[in-house]
Amino acid sequence: MSERVLMKGNEAIGEAAIRAGCLYYFGYPITPQSEIPEYMAKQLPQRGGVYLQAESEVAAVNMVYGAAACGVRSMTSSSSPGFSLKQEGISYIAAAELPCLLVNVQRGGPGLGTIQPGQADYFQATKGGGHGDYRLLVLAPNSVQEMFDLTILGFELADKYRIPALLLADGALGQMMEAVSLEVSLQAKPEKQWAVTGRRGRVEPNVVKTLCFDQDTLEEHNRSLQRKYKLLEQQEVRYEELYTEDAELILVAYGISARLARSAVMQARAKGLRVGLFRPITLFPFPEEALFQLTAKNTQAFLVVELSSGQMIEDVERVTRRQKPVHFHGRTGGNIPTVDEIYDQIVQIMNKGGN
Amino acid sequence: MEEKIFAITEGLLDTPTHYCPGCHHGIVHRLVAEVITELGVLDKAILVEPVGCSVNAHQYFNMDAVQAAHGRAPAIASAVKRVHPDAVVFTYQGDGDLAAIGCAEIVHAALRGEKFTTIFVNNIIYGMTGGQMAPTTLEGQTTATSPFGRKVEEAGSPMRVSEMLATLDGAKYLARVAVNTPAHLTKAKAAIKEAFTRQLRGDGFTMVEVLATCPTNWGMTPVKANAFVDETMTQVFPLGIIKDKENC
Ligand SMILES: Cc1ncc(C[n+]2csc(CCOP(=O)(O)OP(=O)(O)O)c2C)c(N)n1
Ligand code: SF4
Repeated sequence: MSERVLMKGNEAIGEAAIRAGCLYYFGYPITPQSEIPEYMAKQLPQRGGVYLQAESEVAAVNMVYGAAACGVRSMTSSSSPGFSLKQEGISYIAAAELPCLLVNVQRGGPGLGTIQPGQADYFQATKGGGHGDYRLLVLAPNSVQEMFDLTILGFELADKYRIPALLLADGALGQMMEAVSLEVSLQAKPEKQWAVTGRRGRVEPNVVKTLCFDQDTLEEHNRSLQRKYKLLEQQEVRYEELYTEDAELILVAYGISARLARSAVMQARAKGLRVGLFRPITLFPFPEEALFQLTAKNTQAFLVVELSSGQMIEDVERVTRRQKPVHFHGRTGGNIPTVDEIYDQIVQIMNKGGN
Repeated sequence: MEEKIFAITEGLLDTPTHYCPGCHHGIVHRLVAEVITELGVLDKAILVEPVGCSVNAHQYFNMDAVQAAHGRAPAIASAVKRVHPDAVVFTYQGDGDLAAIGCAEIVHAALRGEKFTTIFVNNIIYGMTGGQMAPTTLEGQTTATSPFGRKVEEAGSPMRVSEMLATLDGAKYLARVAVNTPAHLTKAKAAIKEAFTRQLRGDGFTMVEVLATCPTNWGMTPVKANAFVDETMTQVFPLGIIKDKENC
């Protein structure tokens, strides 16, 4: 029988991580994600793990780098200003190809911004916020259940591809309470022969490093990273479609925005308007092909909904090659668009025949 | 009959280093490697290396290693030691790495009483980047970024890291040594051995600060640089056991 409990999104992440075998958590408090370190501080010591409160986000992410170098599942979580501080370490983790899970429960920015929800870290998450050409595997949940499921998936894919995975959520999802099924079936973990353990009888030392003075060797390393990202684009794209088959207007949204967009779509359908929703679940790899395919259908226009001034819209325009107009509805400052607001925009666009 | 009277320690790989003539990094490597080998823990030793001239220390040490970002070695070592509590974990850090950009990381590792050892190579300058001012640079000392000499009213006085960390209860053993003479070398090795022995006992944070030379960036011959350690550096950074607190 499946185990179902009522949980906050942030707690679901913590529980999922522990069930995925992550016994090492390193964090630093920041709203609206502090329930994650609090959950880990309480649970991990009782369940055979280690919770360590770092002196800063910079230290926390480097602790993850150290633990991941040792081959264990480990994670850190933060919210926007704290996540910016982690970018240094994330670039190193990506360079060293260490699997781990990073969580960003986004809030409104820039700067200290607000503690209310935001989605303005999309560029930072999907284009590489730290230095160098690297990508993270970026997963965007839109429910407490998905906070749980994608945390598990994040660990599994991180191990499979030796890549840091990022769970990109927001304050609304972090604070929301919903029923969650806690069922988990884990894949066999790959052997980590590269891990730092002390030689323990091994002749060759294992070294985790990111410095490469030789330009050709570093270029080859970059090429190999890019090959891995291509492979992800071929094998790990995830998305959800709703009523896209006959839709004249397709809303594109992820995370909490997708929840609101879905309600607006349902409202429009009830009024006989042919509207659909396309929800990327992986933001990198972005579901490029699937979205492009939609331009060839009845689609007359797209409407991107985000809690930002417009970040994912750039990917939507790029991917659809502007074959159809792409409209935008965004709120910032911690504000969340209402379903009516989105619905009104749907009606306006439909009245103008998509233009 | 040939007789081998001096051999490379098993703790080091048999390869030439890239360090400048007269630089103390190589000597410090050797002492640390000897101690780890003599303690019989080479097989479970893990080095966390810094950014600085010794950024690629894993090319010389015969042990598993993690290369840190500039200053972050103590955070990494904190996690490594938690994953492998039975391993012998140490950070190897220069003064720019440890006292400037990584000041928070070393202070908090000591504060938490992290059970690893830090080998802190204080050569009062940023070596790798070409001899700029460090927090440890002496008053009046000329460097690439203090061309008129370090001024206390602008840059403060040289930071005495060992004394600063000594105020933290988590720090159990702190010693300042030098390797510029055979007598100092013997004491330095004893201090390094004590630090690692304490770690094996699970005492808490241990650190050995080594006053070292950077003849290249000091603009001195190796012989002059060695004399400078005694004549000038030790006036500001006195040698000895800075803190020795039994945990048991
Ligand atoms: C984030 C970052 N900032 C600056 C540098 C440049 N950098 C490399 S080594 C170094 C100074 C190292 O000096 P120290 O720690 O004293 O070691 P030494 O080279 O003297 O052994 C600096 C500033 C860097 N690599 N990364
Ligand atoms: S620059 Fe200085 S610290 Fe670096 S290897 Fe040369 S002498 Fe040693």
